[in-house]
Parts: sequence; C-alpha cells; structure tokens
Amino acid sequence: MEIEIMAFGIARDIFGASALKVQAVENSTVKQLLEDLKNQYPKMQELRSVAIAINTEYADLEQVIKPGDEVVIIPPVAGG
Amino acid sequence: MAIDIQLLHTPLSLQHCQDWVAGAACGGIVHFVGTVREQTGGRPVSRLDFEAYEPMAVSEMRKIAETVKKRWPAERVVIHHRVGKLEIGEIAVIIAVATPHRVDAFAACQYAIDTLKQTVPIWKKEIFTDGEVWVAAHP
Repeated sequence: MEIEIMAFGIARDIFGASALKVQAVENSTVKQLLEDLKNQYPKMQELRSVAIAINTEYADLEQVIKPGDEVVIIPPVAGG
Repeated sequence: MAIDIQLLHTPLSLQHCQDWVAGAACGGIVHFVGTVREQTGGRPVSRLDFEAYEPMAVSEMRKIAETVKKRWPAERVVIHHRVGKLEIGEIAVIIAVATPHRVDAFAACQYAIDTLKQTVPIWKKEIFTDGEVWVAAHP
C-alpha cells in the first residue's frame, strides 16, 4: 500500500518536501516505517528523536498503519 | 469551559489572558510568558520562525490544560502559542493559571510550560545573521 507522510521542521528539510509517498507492505508498523525512512534518509538518524503521529495522536512503535491514516513525522519539538 | 487554547498567527495579548483567567474564586494567577531572546550561546539571533502541526498542537495543548485541571484546583487555564515569524522581544507563548492559592498556580504553570516543550508539535528555527538552525533537533 501507499502511505502519504507529512513532514514538518527539520524533517521537511531532510525530505526536501512537506509531503512524500512511500510504498509499504500491508499491516506495516510505525517501527517498520521509521526504519525504512532512516535507511532512505540517513540524516534522520542524526536527530535527537523522531516520533510518528497517526491521526493527530502520538503512535506506539507497534501500531499498525492503515490505509487513509494521516501520518506525520514529528522531529524533536521546540515550542515555547 | 474553563480552558482557552489558541494557536495564533497574530501577536499574543497578555491583557486578554489576564482578563480571561481572572475570577473572584482565585487569589493567585501565574502567567508564564516566553519571548524571543536576542542571542543563543553568544550568537546574535535575527528572528525565530515557528511552525506547528496545527490540529495536533491544539489537541496536545488541550491535554496539558486538562491535566492541570485534574491535578490542581485550577479554575481557569489559558495556553496561547504563536506561529510564524517573530522578532526579538515578541511573545511566543503565554500560559496563565488561576487557582485559589498561589502555590498551586506556580506549580501548575511550571508543569504546563515544561510539558508543552516536550509534547506539543511546534518547531522553531533560529535565524542568525550568518545562518539558521532548527532548535533542539540534534543531540
């Protein structure tokens, strides 16, 4: 299946785009997606942390990504 | 509703926050105001660019305010955060907590700003005269 991912902050700079589409097997987990992204974009490995949000909530590593989910890369936050 | 959460592209108003949280039941109001500092590690800052994953930033700020209401006897909680380009001295965030007594207002306000910095999906880029950097991105 195809997953569309939104990226903010430094993640957008690393991807060179605010959204990208990746191919994933059915029932891919957040952990697998993160591993794929870190392999494809090695600069992701240099970040202090990387989380994934699904449908505006922080996702667990074992959470399965479903078609149509809103998937967002969350690099280290720095509000305030 | 005793919680006011806003993510704004326009300047924040401390007076608005004060007026909104004040009430006869509360003898203590603590505001935290975060502003744009003129330097980081001795390097002069030109401005800060803030961006947010807006729907989630609002929901995460709301969770913080709801936790404050559960843990402390807070009558009212305001969390306002700015996004966009901010100049030196401009206000990036205001947190205001009103409680019957001051001890709770200080503790709740501290909890709210510390948690906001850890969980709310907002990012800031420091623009220096000779470059720019995403704050806290790298170890």
